[in-house]
Amino acid sequence: MPDQFLYAIEVMINGLMTGVLYSLVALGFVLIFKASGVFNYAQGVLALFAALTLVGLQRGQVPFAHLINAVFGTEVDHFPWTLPSLIAIILTIGVMILLAVLVERLVLKHLVNQEPIILFMATIGLAYFLEGLGDIMWGSDIKMLDVGLPQGASRWVESNTKWLGGEGFYGFFIDKLDMVATLVAAILVISLTLFSQYSKQGRALRAVADDHQAALSVGISLRFIWVLVWSIAGFVALVAGIMWGTKSGVQFSLSLIALKALPVLMLGGFTSIPGAIVGGLIIGVGEKLFEFTIGGMIGGATENWFAYVLALLFLVFRPQGLFGEKIIERV
Amino acid sequence: MTTIGAPVSTGTEKAAGGWITADGRTIGEIMMEMRNITLRFGGVTAIEDISFDIRKGEIRAIIGPNGAGKSSMLNVISGFYVPQEGEILFHGAQRPPMRPYEVARQGIARTFQNIALFKGMSTLDNIMTGRMTLMRTGMASQALWWGKAQAEESAHREAVEKIIDFLEIQTIRKTPVGRLPYGLQKRVELGRALAAEPKLLLLDEPMAGMNVEEKEDMSRFILDVNDEFGTTIALIEHDMGVVMDLSDRVVVMDYGKKIGDGTPDEVRNNKEVIDAYLGVAHD
Repeated sequence: MPDQFLYAIEVMINGLMTGVLYSLVALGFVLIFKASGVFNYAQGVLALFAALTLVGLQRGQVPFAHLINAVFGTEVDHFPWTLPSLIAIILTIGVMILLAVLVERLVLKHLVNQEPIILFMATIGLAYFLEGLGDIMWGSDIKMLDVGLPQGASRWVESNTKWLGGEGFYGFFIDKLDMVATLVAAILVISLTLFSQYSKQGRALRAVADDHQAALSVGISLRFIWVLVWSIAGFVALVAGIMWGTKSGVQFSLSLIALKALPVLMLGGFTSIPGAIVGGLIIGVGEKLFEFTIGGMIGGATENWFAYVLALLFLVFRPQGLFGEKIIERV
Repeated sequence: MTTIGAPVSTGTEKAAGGWITADGRTIGEIMMEMRNITLRFGGVTAIEDISFDIRKGEIRAIIGPNGAGKSSMLNVISGFYVPQEGEILFHGAQRPPMRPYEVARQGIARTFQNIALFKGMSTLDNIMTGRMTLMRTGMASQALWWGKAQAEESAHREAVEKIIDFLEIQTIRKTPVGRLPYGLQKRVELGRALAAEPKLLLLDEPMAGMNVEEKEDMSRFILDVNDEFGTTIALIEHDMGVVMDLSDRVVVMDYGKKIGDGTPDEVRNNKEVIDAYLGVAHD
């Protein structure tokens, strides 16, 4: 096989892996949108907050250390212990559930029956609040996150694919972390789909998404469902935060990946879990391949805008996305 | 709940413990009692000092002209509105102010005037959500889909299939309800309410907007539900003819007040009721 073609395949595979990470963030959006009709602008920040909390707990950082020191003139910084990854992750899940309860109590409960735009504005507020809270709790420096996930190029893949090409080809270069991310995303999607299709709570979740009044009339507590769905979204955010944080460090620009999830959602449809995944993969592969083939001719850095242009095309020709519910208006 | 053997009395003679109707159904003790209910929205009084009761096994109708406060009354019973004054007794015990989902969990199911179905879900899934209050398995085993959860799901599925057969909607089992015609949507909504195996079934204008044929079907289902499952039914209806044929007792409302209460025949001959419906002649 010609080397150029093999490189294209390698670019595509790496695009798929990046796409998986986009999908993970998009998944959080879809979950909340489906259950409450709210576009949760704070989803990206949720991932950042989860990652910050995880690193902080793992290292035994004292939360609000700067604040405490400034007020009391002390010099606290770290607790004298560090936590194993697994325990830190479990504690972070607890924090995300607590956050879900607080969001319901302090924000959503007071905005029942409001226009979607009002709820959207509330999530923008929530995003800035959480960003500030993350800063004041854990500090704003870039932190390395290591929960023991394998990293670096996979030697095994490299040596086993070398035979495909000629002299100048050294085998496919694939990051082990990306492979783990793919596996995790697959498990997450399958279990979420099964949960929403076949369990009592999953059915309740779909019911709430469809009609609040009817859901109440069959005995579903809206508040419980909201806490549930925000907890799940928090968990998905944690998974996304771990993957992104391990890849490029926990930093505040992490919340910007939320923006990349937008074109993913426009492609996949705002209400479809498989759509979020496929949309993420298409954007991931699309932007890498576009950069590889055409990028060089037009000055490069096409990855910054390719996704948005693709989303724009979709908005023109298929506004409900690939998997979205078809828009039928009965007159 | 039908009694076999000679009726204790014929007609609708009132007794503390209930009575047996002309067609042999047993009307039991008082299930729900509304005492001096008053409901206001800001300065508007939707319901003013209304008292009435619903007996076990009966079909109780609430009628009245537009804006009489009938739907408000149903919303009070189902917990969607909380009245400012008055008390509600359910099985003899006073009911504290409840949220609609808590009322549903007490065994009170309802339908809505403007159909509130889960439009994106199939007929089967819609009726399945009706059994939400009867599902017992915990969340963990539900999520992991093991043991009891699976057995429970199939038991519920079986009950739902019976309702589908009963309502003669087998052919639309898998159709998303948003695509169904109006009359069938109403039927699915009735199915979802029935799936909860309610003690009290509230129907908000079950025949609104239907043609004659659909109305006849719906009347038949309502009578069958009452007869076969012994379900107590309270319904609101505009169509006087239908109400008089269906119900055991009728409450008549006008401008938020109760102006009549009794058997269809008693109500039909009540002067105030006739005035409300036909208008009063002013000379």
